[in-house]
Amino acid sequence: MTTTIPPQAAGQAPTRPRSGRAQSERKLGWMLCAPAVTVMLLVTAYPIGYAVWLSLQRYDLRFPDDRAFVGLDNYAAVVGNRLWWQDLTNTMIITVASVIVELILGFALAFVMHRAIFGRGPVRASILVPYGIITVVTAFAWRFAFDPTTGFINGLLGTEQSWFTESWSAYVVIIATEVWKTTPFMALLLLAGFTLVPDDLVKASRVDGAGTWQRLTKVIIPLMKPAILVALLFRTLDAVRIFDSVFVQTRGAQGTESLSILGYNTLITRLNLGLGSAVSVLVFVVVLIIAFLFVKGFGANLAQQRGER
Amino acid sequence: MGRAQRGGGPKRPWAALALVTVLLPVVACGGGDDGGTTTLKWYVFDEPSGAFAAAAERCSEASEGRYRIEMALLPANADEQREQLVRRLAAEDTDIDIIGMDVIWTAEFAQAGWILPWEGDVADAATEGRLEPTVQSATYDDTLYAAPFTSNTQLLWYREDRVEEAPETWDEMIDQAEALPPGQNDIQVQGERYEGLVVWFTSLLESAGTSVLNEDGTEPELEPEATRAALEVMKRLATSSAADPTLATSREDQGRLSWESGSSAFMVNYTFVWPSANANAPDLAEEMAWARYPGVVEGEPSKVTIGGINLGIGAYSEHPEESFEAAACLAGDENQLQAATDGGLLPSTEALYEDPRLTEATIPGTDILAFPYADVIKETLQDAVQRPQTPYYNDVALAISRTLHPTREIDVEGDVEELRSAIERALAGEGLL
Repeated sequence: MTTTIPPQAAGQAPTRPRSGRAQSERKLGWMLCAPAVTVMLLVTAYPIGYAVWLSLQRYDLRFPDDRAFVGLDNYAAVVGNRLWWQDLTNTMIITVASVIVELILGFALAFVMHRAIFGRGPVRASILVPYGIITVVTAFAWRFAFDPTTGFINGLLGTEQSWFTESWSAYVVIIATEVWKTTPFMALLLLAGFTLVPDDLVKASRVDGAGTWQRLTKVIIPLMKPAILVALLFRTLDAVRIFDSVFVQTRGAQGTESLSILGYNTLITRLNLGLGSAVSVLVFVVVLIIAFLFVKGFGANLAQQRGER
Repeated sequence: MGRAQRGGGPKRPWAALALVTVLLPVVACGGGDDGGTTTLKWYVFDEPSGAFAAAAERCSEASEGRYRIEMALLPANADEQREQLVRRLAAEDTDIDIIGMDVIWTAEFAQAGWILPWEGDVADAATEGRLEPTVQSATYDDTLYAAPFTSNTQLLWYREDRVEEAPETWDEMIDQAEALPPGQNDIQVQGERYEGLVVWFTSLLESAGTSVLNEDGTEPELEPEATRAALEVMKRLATSSAADPTLATSREDQGRLSWESGSSAFMVNYTFVWPSANANAPDLAEEMAWARYPGVVEGEPSKVTIGGINLGIGAYSEHPEESFEAAACLAGDENQLQAATDGGLLPSTEALYEDPRLTEATIPGTDILAFPYADVIKETLQDAVQRPQTPYYNDVALAISRTLHPTREIDVEGDVEELRSAIERALAGEGLL
């Protein structure tokens, strides 16, 4: 017999009528949050608002006199260009491939960290090392490793592949870099999920005769679902904004140009603040849509996840 | 949706450190005039041999206390230099007095009003005896916007032990290379999607007899017959057995490394490869010869793109008068000569190419001539051409490199049209590139 878990067992706090004490605690909570919220508004809301404002104008730094309000023209120019859709597709390829691999590897690493009996500290620390390295440094390290002249990968694999001159192999390296760099982050979030699974429950299911696979799919994963979704959400949002690895490794050549590279080219290289801001705002919209899908579509409950920790 | 942050005591030292880091530049910016001596800031890339620092020192002394030139160092990469400068100039930074400008920035900076025009005596002094193309590179809209300082261009380097006679055209070179055994017949060119590809394309295009833009820089020129000839060369090389397998990611320095490994018969590259090969692969360097960049049309000498650094004066400088004077001094012959002999940066003054201090100079620490190619490079520079001189240069360059990369997939007929429309879009400053 397999054990099924009622949703309540996942530890959702039952809602109670609010007492006076709860209310004052709530108020205190808000007051404690207020400084942080103010700072957040200053450092995020203002730049976002300014970017939106810029995106509605024709504004090229080189031609300051031609500045004019053009409404949604910039957005039409971006969305009407096949380059935007091409780069959106590229970004999605990188995002989906890297997040799936990260999830699987991250799960395995989280399990190792969770179950490490001795040397728990060193094990956890060593798994986290790649996450502590600056992305640009990581990207360069991987680029040099795969370089046919200076790298060791071709020697190791016995190939003579020039990795960054073809599309598929350039994607492989970029995705591998992303995976290596951010799997630890995924593992860390999933480790938090593992702690949600009560040991008794796993033991009980074992007594009931559940095999390893059944324990994993019927007990552990359902209980971890909130953590998994949050991990996926964070990683997806990060991956959609990928810039460093692509910039360092291919500069967007061989069809690997991501949305952020497009924004960089328009904003920083071409100094077209209007058009570039429109690209940035649209990237922000893509991120919002993804977050919305996760929260509404898959029911990733952030508040619940946070409460559980 | 912010990630949970655990605040707390132990983090405080970091906060303090962060605050210090934020405030430091503010404090450091507080420099200025002290005791009647004006401090001028020279924004320029960090020249490794110290020749620029020596020039700043020399000119400060020559001013007899009227000004002191302080260096503000920029990154080595030209794109990154431009990013930093543009951000400051757009914000009307008064700290920028003298700018070490890449030749391709002239039109953009001048159009935006970020640099001051050179007029009258200072202009005459700054252009006297300079190679015509170097003056051209500092000119926009018939006005001089910078003092020509260092110059740069590419030569054809080849292996004397593998090649009997230097080829005069690209087709001839590819024929010669294809006849050589694989593993020693590579032709090194710059094929990555970046500025180097634009340089290669522009040189081929000009050698074929047309240019990227019309004379006013308002419309693409790209005469179809000549454009086709240029694209055919790029395509033929990329699909030839003489192409380096990493052509699509090859820059100047990758080319140099491959060359020094001995796998190549030809290379088009800047002159820094000469001292480098002599230091890293002396045996190979003995077999190394040079010739003028190959042409596209038989019997027509090539026209090669010019590079280099000119000195512009920041439009928001508080000391323009001293800055003009200081820049003219910095760009003087003595300083050009030191930049050449110490740093390998070629001069813009024509006479220096015959000056024994240059022609007889040796690579430091050896008795090998540092500029044995002086006559060839002078000839190349006299005929040199400009990359498109338009404020939209970066847009145009992006359009070119994006259309032509990777060069093995060039579709000659289609790309002639595609180039034209991409450059038209770039010049309109609208749409994504």
